[in-house]
Amino acid sequence: MSRTAENYRGYNFAYLDEQTKRMIRRAILKAIAIPGYQVPFASREMPMPYGWGTGGVQVTAAILGPSDVLKVIDQGADDTTNAVSIRQFFEKTAGVETTTETEKATVIQTRHRIPEAKLQGHQVLVYQVPIPEPLRFLEPRETETRTLHALAEYGLMHVRLYEDIAQHGHIAKTYAYPVLVADRYVMDPSPIPKFDNPKMDDCAALQLFGAGREKRIYAIPPYTKVVSLDFEDHPFEATKFEQPCALCGATDSYLDEVITDDQGGRMFVCSDTHHCETRRCEGHVGHLGMPVTEAAE
Amino acid sequence: MTNLSASPLLVAEGLSKFYGSRIGCRNVNFALQPGEVLAIVGESGSGKTTLLNLLSGQLAPNAGAVRYRMRDGETKNLLDLSEAERRFLARTDWGFVHQDARNGLRMGVSAGGNIGERLMGVGDRHYGRIRETARGWLDRVEIDTSRIDDKPTQFSGGMRQRLQIARNLVTHPRLVFMDEPTGGLDVSVQARLLDLIRGLVADLGLAVVLVTHDLAVARLLSHRILVMKDGHVIEAGLTDRVLDDPQEAYTQLLVSSVLAA
Amino acid sequence: MNPVLQVSGLSKAFHLHLHGGKHLPVVEGVDFVVNAGECVVLGGPSGAGKSSILKAIYGNYLANSGAIILDDGETAMDVVTASPGAIITLRRHTMGYVSQFLRVIPRVPALEIVAEAARAAGLPADEALERAGRLLAHLNLPERLWNLPPATFSGGEQQRVNIARGFAGNHRFLILDEPTASLDAVNREAVIGLIAERKAQGTAFLGIFHDTEVRERVADRIIDVTRFSPAKEIAA
Repeated sequence: MSRTAENYRGYNFAYLDEQTKRMIRRAILKAIAIPGYQVPFASREMPMPYGWGTGGVQVTAAILGPSDVLKVIDQGADDTTNAVSIRQFFEKTAGVETTTETEKATVIQTRHRIPEAKLQGHQVLVYQVPIPEPLRFLEPRETETRTLHALAEYGLMHVRLYEDIAQHGHIAKTYAYPVLVADRYVMDPSPIPKFDNPKMDDCAALQLFGAGREKRIYAIPPYTKVVSLDFEDHPFEATKFEQPCALCGATDSYLDEVITDDQGGRMFVCSDTHHCETRRCEGHVGHLGMPVTEAAE
Repeated sequence: MTNLSASPLLVAEGLSKFYGSRIGCRNVNFALQPGEVLAIVGESGSGKTTLLNLLSGQLAPNAGAVRYRMRDGETKNLLDLSEAERRFLARTDWGFVHQDARNGLRMGVSAGGNIGERLMGVGDRHYGRIRETARGWLDRVEIDTSRIDDKPTQFSGGMRQRLQIARNLVTHPRLVFMDEPTGGLDVSVQARLLDLIRGLVADLGLAVVLVTHDLAVARLLSHRILVMKDGHVIEAGLTDRVLDDPQEAYTQLLVSSVLAA
Repeated sequence: MNPVLQVSGLSKAFHLHLHGGKHLPVVEGVDFVVNAGECVVLGGPSGAGKSSILKAIYGNYLANSGAIILDDGETAMDVVTASPGAIITLRRHTMGYVSQFLRVIPRVPALEIVAEAARAAGLPADEALERAGRLLAHLNLPERLWNLPPATFSGGEQQRVNIARGFAGNHRFLILDEPTASLDAVNREAVIGLIAERKAQGTAFLGIFHDTEVRERVADRIIDVTRFSPAKEIAA
């Protein structure tokens, strides 16, 4: 790709050089061809520390085109440090349009959430992944976990869930809840809340996962079967909340707990800030919120 | 109980393994019947462990073959099995009891999880049933069922060995490999474990390949003995015959070196 | 005559590699027959090789030459050349061995030790237990001991458990190696009774009895093993 007007600062479009992007795209294509399989790639040093989304950033950089519209969220929010700095990074290095609106975005990079709005076929969701190997904590040897994946020996995953039930009476894992992709590979969906797990199944958008420190890329192609692991007598259940969002009154979204004072006051609000705003603009009001028009005055 | 009319379960044919110019084991031949307990005895470095690893398919021989009669009745050369088939065999129809329980257990997983792993590995997805089975096995190996959620790190050496046995037997294997199963345990703990193994082997009709340097263990558990020295089988026969009327010089030395085996 | 055991040309020697390769011949040219329903006793001084002959027949010692043909009721098998597996089967169903001492199995109760032997011979579990109880009662072992492991029993009590175990199966041939050595008069009598009962049922016995009274009572024939002694030939 030739230099565009936006690259005046001396960077190639979207920071990475074209050779690197090609290498990453090959890994992505392979990942799409083998849903849920962790493809090794030559992860590069990025101008940000590991743990800040270097895997996701590299995937985004490799798939971004000048006409894409980028949204970046961190724990559902568009306005936290991590989200803001990654958004600015691509504004600077690729000059692409950015947005906070889920519906307008063509590429959404996320840390720890899937947006509440149903994703569409023209969208790509890029996950930042800290630890890609779901078997890691039970089997520390990488040679052995690869063999287990290759032979689809996944008894261990259920041992992990068994331990949860034995200890807590139910499957206590609430995030990074393991899934079986396309009836073949067990996959760590990154630390999204298990509330989001059902959204991965039969999703219209392409889902890409990038782990920078561990140098792995994996993918869920559109409309792929994704099943959360469970037991017959302890079936998977998405987290349910006892109260609606305090600001917008939503009953179907994932809520964050916000401490409001030193006396133990707290409120539960949508973790997806765009979703909450949209609802409030539509006139929905929670028990601690106020109508958007009044707030603006 | 030994079923001698049946065809052999495991056959070693001219098994040899060399480590460079050093002999691991050379030209070992025998057939193991269903329900038969075979002890392989000898000093450290005599090739016992090499032979055990060859028999259990964990090591490829330089020459020879290991044939195993699968559950469907067909006899196959272990070398012809794919890795997936071999591993499936190893975690369903076989057991492997290690001297050091830490190699045979998941130390960070509860006793129930350790026993349940094989069941979950073959697709059991009912928590209640897995737990019930685990309780049954704990009871059978004389571990208080209230310890089901404790980790092996909280268990004594003898309990760990018994847990390891339960973890292996839960899928009703027909063949169990044991590598010094009572090694490193106190004498009283050994006696209890041996008694337990003896009972389980008889009740379940297990075939066992037992590697030990302890002739008393071999006498108590095995029907037949192979004596190994420098990688060769130098004497073989009925356990009490080999121990009471040893023919070879080395066997006589071995037998005379222990107090009343 | 219905021979159960036919020993012919049997010789046994020990070769002591650890003692300068010393060759110790024990018996040579052993020839005799034991018929069904008969009790044959081996006689001769201590060291004449009586026990070695018994052990060779049981497969516990390796015979150097000769044949030990045992008829299991269907086929005749040579113990000298039989495979370990075949000997195990023979021991389970055809020949039993009652030694002088009980080799104690830790933690297993007396009744269970005897019942296990009966089950090994093919009896169903309940019948095996019943037979075990009957044998222990016949041998005057107090019932309070039945459910205890014999490790702490007296020598005589252990020996009675041992005899009960030996008689618990349906073996058609029983080897008795000084079974009454540590028993008092009453219990010797009980053992003599057991032997007589089984002889009447057709069981063949081969034994060693130092106690002359018991020997006279149970023996149909006494074979003096000194006639198999190799000493003469060595002297020659």
